[in-house]
Amino acid sequence: MLASLTLLLVFQLIGETVVQWLRLPVPGPVLGMLLLFAALVLRGEVPVALRDTANGLLQHLSLLFVPAGVGVMTHLALLATAWLPISVAILLSTAVTLLVTAFVMRAAARQR
Amino acid sequence: MNPELRELWVYLSTSPLLGLTLTLLAYQLAYAIYVKLGSHPLANPVAIAVALIVAILSFTGTPYAIYFEGAQFVHFLLGPATVALAVPLYAQWPRLKKLFGASMLALVTGSVVSVVSVWLIAEAFGASDQVLRSLAPKSVTSPIGMGISEKIGGLPSLTAVLIMLTGIVGAVIGPALLKATGTQDDAMRGFAIGISAHGIGTARAFQISETAGAFSALAMGLNGVVTSIVVPLLVHGLA
Repeated sequence: MLASLTLLLVFQLIGETVVQWLRLPVPGPVLGMLLLFAALVLRGEVPVALRDTANGLLQHLSLLFVPAGVGVMTHLALLATAWLPISVAILLSTAVTLLVTAFVMRAAARQR
Repeated sequence: MNPELRELWVYLSTSPLLGLTLTLLAYQLAYAIYVKLGSHPLANPVAIAVALIVAILSFTGTPYAIYFEGAQFVHFLLGPATVALAVPLYAQWPRLKKLFGASMLALVTGSVVSVVSVWLIAEAFGASDQVLRSLAPKSVTSPIGMGISEKIGGLPSLTAVLIMLTGIVGAVIGPALLKATGTQDDAMRGFAIGISAHGIGTARAFQISETAGAFSALAMGLNGVVTSIVVPLLVHGLA
């Protein structure tokens, strides 16, 4: 648990460092994820302890978005004035994006 | 509130304990409600927890910054949790190799459609220029989205809010919408959810299956990269 949590933090740190250094348009943790993924591919298996820690962290992934979500309270006034364009645009655009992405992926996978 | 209670609250809110405990309690209550309602997608635990906390903070007159001093410990775990997404992703490696070409095509299309559609719809409904620019990166994970927003003249903190709303909408409508329109494959469902609804969608996709969650995580990461390149170009044409 301790070793695998440290490993995750080390990969995040490497990610943050490389992003800063090369001025990449990605957040450090996302690069850390891709680097850890590459390391796992090279190694050919996931250590049991790492799998347990990862599952533990991801089990309540939703919880981790709550603190940032509460930030909604800082923009309640603006949201009150522009609620119509914002809600219609987010709802429709998200639906269209979901459908188009899935459709393109299905069509492209069938081509092969 | 009576003065003694008020004093106690003010005292407690100077330590991180209150914000942290409030976050955990509100989430567990929200999760219990979600389960009680038969895991109905409309009862999204993030939305309920946020609503509960905003209500409590507003009622007690506690500023967001004070709350966040405690809640930041939960927020911090987003970093290692994002790195941890590599583990379920690795389990999908054989599948991913087969779907690589289709994924890349869906990624670029999805990214462009997300930006263009949200811009045109919001513009048609009379959104201000600042709101449009803040909405453009709505489908990517918030650290990337806030950076894009700043670069194109949006309001990063507003973008963070819009991203969260998008994530909740995607988590609520995504699985049912994809099922209804005939997308059977969990990898494709997950990928579409990750493109349109980033991390909050990914959390939801893991409830569909491990495969959906892993592909959603991958889509979220890749979409961040593509969108940060695509948005400045598209906004140049749209504005």
